[in-house]
Amino acid sequence: MNAMNTDGYTTADGRRIGPVLMEMKNITLRFGGVRAITDISFDIREGEIRAIIGPNGAGKSSMLNVISGFYVPQEGEVWFRGERRGPMRPYQVARLGIARTFQNIALFDGMSVLDNIMTGRLTRMKAGLLSQAIWWGVAEKEETANREKVEKIIDFLEIQNIRKTPVGRLPYGLKKRVELARALAAEPMLLLLDEPMAGMNVEEKEDMCRFILDVNDEFGTTIALIEHDMGVVMDLSDRVVVMDYGKKIGDGTPDEVRANPDVINAYLGVAHD
Amino acid sequence: MAEPATGVQPQSIPGLLARNAALWGDRPAYREKEFGIWQSWTWAETAAEVRAIALGLMTLGIERGDHVAIIGRNRPALYWSMIAAQMCGAVPVPLYQDAVAEEMVYVLDHCGARFVIAGDQEQVDKVLEVQNRLPGIHHIVYLDKRGMRKYDHSRMNALADVAAEGSAGHARVEAELDRRSAELTYDHTCVMLYTSGTTGKPKGVVLSNRNIIETSKNTAGFDHLSQTDDVLAYLPMAWVGDFIFSVGQAYWSGFTVNCPENAATMMTDLREIGPSYFFAPPRVFEGQLTSVMIRMEDAGRLKKRMFDHYMAIARRVGPAILDGKPVSGLDRLRYWLGDVLVYGPLKNTLGYSRIRVGYTAGEAIGPEIFDFYRALGINLKQLYGQTEASVFITQQPDGEVRSDTVGVPSPGVEIRIAESGEVFYRSAGTFVAYFKNPDSTASTKDAEGWVATGDAGFIEEGSGHLRIIDRAKDVGRMADGALFAPKYVENKLKFYPNILEAVVFGAGRGMCTAFINIDLTAVGNWAERNNIAYASYQELAGHPKVYDMIQGHVEEVNRSVAADPMLSGCQIHRFLILHKELDADDGELTRTRKVRRNIIAEKFADLIDALYGGKDEIYTETEVTYEDGRKGAIKATLTIRDAAVVAQERRMAAE
Repeated sequence: MNAMNTDGYTTADGRRIGPVLMEMKNITLRFGGVRAITDISFDIREGEIRAIIGPNGAGKSSMLNVISGFYVPQEGEVWFRGERRGPMRPYQVARLGIARTFQNIALFDGMSVLDNIMTGRLTRMKAGLLSQAIWWGVAEKEETANREKVEKIIDFLEIQNIRKTPVGRLPYGLKKRVELARALAAEPMLLLLDEPMAGMNVEEKEDMCRFILDVNDEFGTTIALIEHDMGVVMDLSDRVVVMDYGKKIGDGTPDEVRANPDVINAYLGVAHD
Repeated sequence: MAEPATGVQPQSIPGLLARNAALWGDRPAYREKEFGIWQSWTWAETAAEVRAIALGLMTLGIERGDHVAIIGRNRPALYWSMIAAQMCGAVPVPLYQDAVAEEMVYVLDHCGARFVIAGDQEQVDKVLEVQNRLPGIHHIVYLDKRGMRKYDHSRMNALADVAAEGSAGHARVEAELDRRSAELTYDHTCVMLYTSGTTGKPKGVVLSNRNIIETSKNTAGFDHLSQTDDVLAYLPMAWVGDFIFSVGQAYWSGFTVNCPENAATMMTDLREIGPSYFFAPPRVFEGQLTSVMIRMEDAGRLKKRMFDHYMAIARRVGPAILDGKPVSGLDRLRYWLGDVLVYGPLKNTLGYSRIRVGYTAGEAIGPEIFDFYRALGINLKQLYGQTEASVFITQQPDGEVRSDTVGVPSPGVEIRIAESGEVFYRSAGTFVAYFKNPDSTASTKDAEGWVATGDAGFIEEGSGHLRIIDRAKDVGRMADGALFAPKYVENKLKFYPNILEAVVFGAGRGMCTAFINIDLTAVGNWAERNNIAYASYQELAGHPKVYDMIQGHVEEVNRSVAADPMLSGCQIHRFLILHKELDADDGELTRTRKVRRNIIAEKFADLIDALYGGKDEIYTETEVTYEDGRKGAIKATLTIRDAAVVAQERRMAAE
């Protein structure tokens, strides 16, 4: 790891990483008697691609749900942009500038791709119900402006050809891309991706990788992602947190993590002699 | 055709641009769908955009005679870059955007490109991958800024920034730019296009302003093209046809060039634009017809019956009405009703509502396919041409359209058939030379300007139309001396929607055999309707029922081939269905999707041996190249089938 200070650091490929955006301090999350997460601390910096990896059942998704505010940990503190965050409603999370995708796609199947992505901009629309209903004045202007933003995202993710297609008719890989588009439509400061490559073939994975890197590069979005596929994570992320049985067993650059004996043990098993 | 109102006819494409900006300043010159909306540029705006790019290239130090490679999908800015390069006295060289880096090296090195204008990151990456072998590249310019931020920009820049820089520094370079564009004449090189090359390395065909402008002038008159026409620019920019339709004729006639949003939206964009002048290779028409037929199979009974009924009427009287031949009043009424109920909506769905002139070329088109479109009232015609002729050699005039000829010589083209049957032509569009290849130039074009097409054909008596039989060099003899014309048989096979490609072997052999490629869309749909389960292309291709179906097609073709005593030796005795689709990435097809016979014969030598060796099965491993350039292998055991042939009694009797 490069010299870390409060202002951030510079990555190997020359990107400037800013100060801490989100900090998790000694998080412990229990479901009844089960400890999903035990005393984990780490931070996410502005402009960073931060991965959380670990074997099945390591507590990765729980961790992402803590970050997104969906789960409230019993112990520990979550700090976002220099403020301690209390329990929140989902819309409050969205207004804070956090958007996410889901491991098992949560789109509106009957609606077109375009409409699905437009829902991502709801938090940014201010026209009242009446104005929207009669489609006049503010509502019309607002929709045009938002549609423009959405079209830029459609162009960015190269899904122009399915703009008007109902989501239910799309193959899995494209649905994932539409989900990413919807999350991007909210213009988030922090984008959470829950297994963005799960169930994809090699080509779809490569495309998704490129889109994630491009999003980070183009919009400067901070990205936290959970992923199973070690190869993908190591290529993609700036820093990696490794979890196993709800505990943090490694944290650092991909190279550091790869060399970490605990991580090797967790993934490959320990030789008993 | 609106003749140029201003005294002297312009001698270059930039000259035509200036004329168009003056004549039709407010008319749309380009449209492109972006962000879900059709953006448009008038001729006046286009002139300003091109000038800004040209000024930018000047500030980058472009010299007279430099070659500027253009790589990307059809976008207005890339067309402008070509014209801008011409203004600076340089030569644009459009490249096939789907070529892999290795293929690009040859062309970039051969033309000695100093500038590369690339559409996006993908294209830039390919150039960077091989740049160490191309020291001549001075500067790379890209259009789409996406993902480009982290690249080393010491010798790279965005096109918009280049243009902005040019506009800012115009005082410095303007005089020189004007001097260079003023000195352009008919003899200056307009563009250099690399032929796809069914054999050997691609050759750089140098086309002058005379070639392009004279050809455009003649052919625009032939079809009465005017500034109110619309064309959809979706075929590769590296292909001569696109240069003639989207640049030559567009600038001569002043019509609008419409660029699709991306390759995948082409069909939607086609419907939205509804071009009045349209070109497509046969496979596009085939693909559309297949998809219409598949959807009709799934339609309700009423709709299906209505479609069948009116299509029968259309097939009977449609072409005659289109050709202006006498048709009874009752039939006209029926056709009119069919137009309201079926043809009109169908044409609208296909995007052909406004079509006035449509052309197809490149490969033979199946008569059923051709007649289908003509029956609908679409004026689809055939032309015959090649890069060396600036496209046009022959074309069909309105009212004289048939599927088995390629038409009469285009205006200003002379045709001669040599003793050997090879077709020769001479015209104002005849290319200047092959770049850095005087030997090839000399062997193709003689001192009097006659060019060998490499195709064997004859002029039909009576109509004066040219008919093409096959590639001259592919026409051979079988072991027993019978005429062997593979393309003739392959085309007959390919007219079946289930067969995508066919390769026939038999030169110097005792019998003909064939490789068949199934069409996944058509056969997949057929499989679905017949409850045949399959997991992959390979599995479907090897399915016994698919073999049965293909065997039926092959035997039908055999019967049809046998009817022609001259070619009855070309009947297919044995065939196999290939386990992979023939692909340009594997070198089996050219970038324009023509079969590269020799390469296929070499690559699948084991399969050919099996066909002639009498085996029923053959195990094979084939190397394939994935889209990202990596290689892998496909393993398969292929079945070989015998097909029934018609006994060649007539020939026996004749001997």
